[in-house]
Amino acid sequence: MTLQPARPALPSEDKRWKLVNGTMRRQGYAGNALIETLHSVQSAFGYLDQASLRFVAASLDLPLSKVYGVATFYHLFMLEPKGRHACVVCAGTACYIKGSAGLVQAVEQRFGVAPGETTADNRLSVLTARCVGACGLAPAVVLDGNVLGKQSAEELLSRIEEMQ
Amino acid sequence: MNVDDLADMAQRYRDEEAGVHRELRVCMAASCQSSGAQPVFDALVAAQGAAAAGAPGDGCKVKGVGCMGLCSAGPLVAVAEPGSGLAGSVLYRDVGPGDAVEILDSVAGAPVQRLHCPTDQPFFARQQRVVLENSGLIDPESLRAYVAAGGYAALVHALTEMTPAEVVQEIIASGLRGRGGGGYPTGLKWSTVAKMADAQKYVVCNADEGDPGAFMDRAVLESDPHRVLEGMAIAGYAVGASKGYVYVRAEYPLAVERLTTAIRKAKREGFLGHKVAETQFAFEVEIRLGAGAFVCGEETALMASIEGQRGQPRPRPPYPAEHGLWGHPTLINNVETFANIAPIIRNGGAWFAAIGTPKSKGTKVFALAGTIVNTGLIEVPMGTSLRDIVELIGGGIPGGKAVKAVQTGGPSGGCVPEQHLDIPVDYDSLKTLGTIMGSGGMIVMDESSDMVDVARYFMEFCMTESCGKCVPCRTGTQQMHGLLDRIAKDQGTRADLELLEELCEVVQATSLCGLGQTAPNPVLSTLRFFRAEYERKLGPGH
Repeated sequence: MTLQPARPALPSEDKRWKLVNGTMRRQGYAGNALIETLHSVQSAFGYLDQASLRFVAASLDLPLSKVYGVATFYHLFMLEPKGRHACVVCAGTACYIKGSAGLVQAVEQRFGVAPGETTADNRLSVLTARCVGACGLAPAVVLDGNVLGKQSAEELLSRIEEMQ
Repeated sequence: MNVDDLADMAQRYRDEEAGVHRELRVCMAASCQSSGAQPVFDALVAAQGAAAAGAPGDGCKVKGVGCMGLCSAGPLVAVAEPGSGLAGSVLYRDVGPGDAVEILDSVAGAPVQRLHCPTDQPFFARQQRVVLENSGLIDPESLRAYVAAGGYAALVHALTEMTPAEVVQEIIASGLRGRGGGGYPTGLKWSTVAKMADAQKYVVCNADEGDPGAFMDRAVLESDPHRVLEGMAIAGYAVGASKGYVYVRAEYPLAVERLTTAIRKAKREGFLGHKVAETQFAFEVEIRLGAGAFVCGEETALMASIEGQRGQPRPRPPYPAEHGLWGHPTLINNVETFANIAPIIRNGGAWFAAIGTPKSKGTKVFALAGTIVNTGLIEVPMGTSLRDIVELIGGGIPGGKAVKAVQTGGPSGGCVPEQHLDIPVDYDSLKTLGTIMGSGGMIVMDESSDMVDVARYFMEFCMTESCGKCVPCRTGTQQMHGLLDRIAKDQGTRADLELLEELCEVVQATSLCGLGQTAPNPVLSTLRFFRAEYERKLGPGH
């Protein structure tokens, strides 16, 4: 019978850690569950901070360097907190042909944030996506998880303004 | 679950639906949902619920279905008799919640003219649906609806009437080639994995549809997820694998949700799990989420990602068929390839081989987008001319502008210029023009597109998506992007152009994986057909 390595204590009282722990338990704390676990941390906390990377590394019995390596390799994992709202402009080919660059520019001019940045008041993060698969409705924007098709700069800006 | 149980399940479904004289099918795939399909669905349900006995709306049933194809006209609603196809239905386009009552009142009479979208137009009439045969007709979340449409019959047939070798033979006879872009003969791949002596083998479905401008796999997973699972289970039986993974992009939440539901239900009814269809065959399927890395579409990188590593490719050979996931033989096919399996087993390899061209059999699903009237999802027999696709099915360019080029194969492909549009779409013909079939993204560009800018766009993509493992790709894409950027800004010299061409050759010849090897394709292709545009941008005196 093999000895189970001791699991680290949850980093805080925060109930969201239980969700993360649940994901790892379902996968038997296997090292290959790393990406699933990081998804689970990000969906619970919004981003991956140092404490969470250390916790995941210790729980899955992986070197921290490996966890960091994976977290930084994949574009979807965020190591910084996002703003309250996220505006993801699709930069896929169809959207590019239909003028997604103009949307990015319009948002940058109005709110002063380039893709990858967050406004100083933490209200809006602007990102670009490789392709959200809404090519039939290009150009597409994902505002807080809702895919909006056939966007013009005016429409997008007013939608962002409406968000509190 | 045996043949009789399947028939019972289909019959129970039909009995339940017996009182329904008209179905109102609302497209609930991602594209139509973005256009507002959910409020339309809710309004139709409310209007139907309020219909008095004997009113036209009485005896109607509102159903959420998968993609009907014409995304640009969404939300789409089809009114049809149960069991009838898209061609036999009255299709409505750009439907709003306010149209619900009017649509319901008209089910027995004349269609609502202002919303009517004829289904005899070339967009629908010129298609041939094999992979998408259930898409837009059945509720993707209902396993019984899939069974009633003939689903899982191929799996039960294969398990009870065929040996694994016979299944492989049928796939070889069909002539099916990999739909992910490579075009490798599927039957050959299956037989290689089947021959391996390892007790543990894996089947992997590549649903990491990373090509920008492609959404075929997404639509298949959202519209008919059981078809993919059935194909995977048949593959598992044929090659002797007991475990399957679907590696799907995290950017496709709806596809993940429907696939999760489908796996749960298939397991409950005994189409997955121990003793599939009451035989000794066991097959489990698990979903693995990607995390936004284009290179993970490459099979060795994909396997690294499933194992929880950075998604970096490794040299081949050994191929996954011999040395795959955790060192075991692994069969990797694309979503659309698996979606073709059940119909091949059901109708026979010879039936499939009769569709398409001698070297490219069957149909191909394309995501038609860009500056074109009808954007959306289409399925045509291999060998259909590109001109038919663009001008008839796609309805041409809005505003009567001229087609300049059609881009296929995404960042690994190239552009087909207007003068070559009569080319038949199959693996080999596209290669002669320096492009590839790819996974099925088809972007139409009009005369206003700047081809140097298009090349720069794709190079920027490859540059940021390069995993950084091998030097030619990591630094080559960076250098090529810099040169393209200079040329696009009218600052390039003739020496820059020459260096660019040289780099294209080097990166193509020396990169480790497909990403780097094909990264120069968009540049080479635009240079081949639109060299004058590059030349014009070279600064004066150069």
